[in-house]
Amino acid sequence: MGRHELKSILPAGSYYFSGDEAVAEGAIAARCGYCAGYPITPATETLERISVRFEKIGAVFMQMEDEIASICSCIGASWAGAKAMTITSGPGFSLMQEGIGYASFTETPVVIVNTQRSGPSTGQATRVGSGDIMQAKWGSHGDSQNIALSPWSVQELYDQTIRAFNLAERYRVPVLLMAEEATAHLRERIQVSEKVVLFHREKKAGAPPFGTRENDGVPPMPVFGEGEKLLVTGSTHDEFGVRRITDPVLQEKLVHRLHDKIRNNRRDIIQYENHYLEDATIAVVCYGFTARSSLFAVERLRDEGKKIGVVRLKTLWPFPEELISNIGAKMKKILVPEMNMGQVVGEVMKYACCEVIPYSQANGEIISPDTIIEQLRRL
Amino acid sequence: MVRELEQYLRPGIGITTFCPGCGEAILMGLILRAIDELQLNMDEMLFVSGIGCAAWIPSPYFNADTLHTLHGRTIAFATGAKLVNPKLNVVVISGDGDLSDIGGNHLIHGARRNIDLTVICANNMNYGMTGGQVCSTTPLGAITMTTHQGNPYRPFDLCRLVKAAGAVYVARYAVTQPFALIKSLKKALQTTGFSFVEAVTPCPVQFGRRNNLGSPADMLKDIMSRCIMKDQAEKLSPEELKDRIITGVFRDEAD
Ligand SMILES: Cc1ncc(C[n+]2csc(CCOP(=O)(O)OP(=O)(O)O)c2C)c(N)n1
Ligand code: SF4
Ligand SMILES: [Mg+2]
Repeated sequence: MGRHELKSILPAGSYYFSGDEAVAEGAIAARCGYCAGYPITPATETLERISVRFEKIGAVFMQMEDEIASICSCIGASWAGAKAMTITSGPGFSLMQEGIGYASFTETPVVIVNTQRSGPSTGQATRVGSGDIMQAKWGSHGDSQNIALSPWSVQELYDQTIRAFNLAERYRVPVLLMAEEATAHLRERIQVSEKVVLFHREKKAGAPPFGTRENDGVPPMPVFGEGEKLLVTGSTHDEFGVRRITDPVLQEKLVHRLHDKIRNNRRDIIQYENHYLEDATIAVVCYGFTARSSLFAVERLRDEGKKIGVVRLKTLWPFPEELISNIGAKMKKILVPEMNMGQVVGEVMKYACCEVIPYSQANGEIISPDTIIEQLRRL
Repeated sequence: MVRELEQYLRPGIGITTFCPGCGEAILMGLILRAIDELQLNMDEMLFVSGIGCAAWIPSPYFNADTLHTLHGRTIAFATGAKLVNPKLNVVVISGDGDLSDIGGNHLIHGARRNIDLTVICANNMNYGMTGGQVCSTTPLGAITMTTHQGNPYRPFDLCRLVKAAGAVYVARYAVTQPFALIKSLKKALQTTGFSFVEAVTPCPVQFGRRNNLGSPADMLKDIMSRCIMKDQAEKLSPEELKDRIITGVFRDEAD
């Protein structure tokens, strides 16, 4: 089916939503057909809203017995033809890792919303954190390339949920929406437009479901029940899904294609926003809720004549390497404030040639603009 | 008859990976016979399996849609597929370890929800694929690679477990009772709701060898001699039932 435009299910207009509600509405707009989850703070409200709303639109919602069952049932649903999503937070995200790896390796489109809270372990369930960024990249064993998005507002929770489905369907990959408690529980006004641009996986009868000669590296995706006699397996497989569990050439080729499929398309996948970089000598590289405080702080300091800019990452994985290396070449210093002990900052250090300064806050509270101002004044 | 079953096998598949004498290969044939007798359309079937020797029964051999999943999670995968496309005839085939140890929670919840799935559990009393370790179904005292002094814990009675959890069809037969097993598989495949068939099957290579059960043929004979029908078992004392395998239909809501 590919790219197409549909009417929004929610009438166009302005709505006052919490972030959790916006995720539910984004999923509905994207024509999600199956959602499974297990209640967990701060993501529960999304499940609750979906359980009510899905009934009305004829989509399937399941509260499963745990998060492992949730992600696995989503993968089954995806192969049966539905756009599928699960919603969780830290502890549940940890339980899902094996399933996420399976989805990567079987090229199953699925959206995983991880509304991050403060960890590790049960941590502070009602408090904010952003400590799962590296887990989004390396949480499941083996090498895999998934896509991870970082929303900073309720509007973006809505928009990025739709985008997460589009990317999952376009690239046949799990897409992780790395939300945060602070935005999930925030209420803001959002705009819903008349039309929504969607992408739906493409079918091609008889074509190999796990191999392609096309440049984008994304094979067409068939569905169960149409006589394709599919072989789907999490073991290493050839382009028709036949297990090849000791062939080194095939293993190497498959892992490489799955990497290239995401890396070679990163221009299409990666989104970011630059603010005030033209004259800046210092940049704040930030994402999620912290970007709100950062932009606010930078605008105050610019009023004082300080030449500071902001780079807001909307896509965390694949990492915007070129962007950071270009910015690193222009800046004297980069500050990376994060609600964790320093996760994205390591990536920034890898690609920026200037001085990179981390700022970590892991106390379960948002990083305030004052804190960022203080950090910037020290530079 | 055997040649006729070839239509259900994926073209190009020559040999299976089961060890010589493996009961799971017998089970594979019996499942296909049940499908053949019911004249099921393979284009409408989805076989979901986990990880283990038994999980290889449908994948890659059956010429239908197959989903070879993670260890223990079959019922969750199957649930998602069935709910999205109720027209699919979804059959889960996996091992005792897969379904009842690591996957035990999904098994009872699947039965409780009574989603329309047919679950076929190959009970070979151990983990065959990983080299014969203890399983939730290993008999008390049996030697495995992780119970060298004999299994100190009681096994699960899977049929009682699944029945208590709410399955609408529950039966156990051994591969040494092929006609009863085929009949039971047919019934399970035709039942709407969660149906569960436990197939007792010898694993001569990993289990039989360590417990001095002799050749594959000896193991089959041993299982045959230990099987007892449910009605007869009801007349015996727990002492007399020691080491016996009680077979029969434990629930059939259609009856
Ligand atoms: C999460 C996870 N843990 C452990 C394993 C290793 N493993 C593979 S198969 C298996 C046991 C299979 O036993 P069973 O389901 O009884 O099947 P059988 O081989 O006996 O037919 C184990 C433990 C795995 N694949 N995944
Ligand atoms: S290890 Fe046991 S169950 Fe596995 S194929 Fe060999 S005999 Fe069969
Ligand atoms: Mg077993």
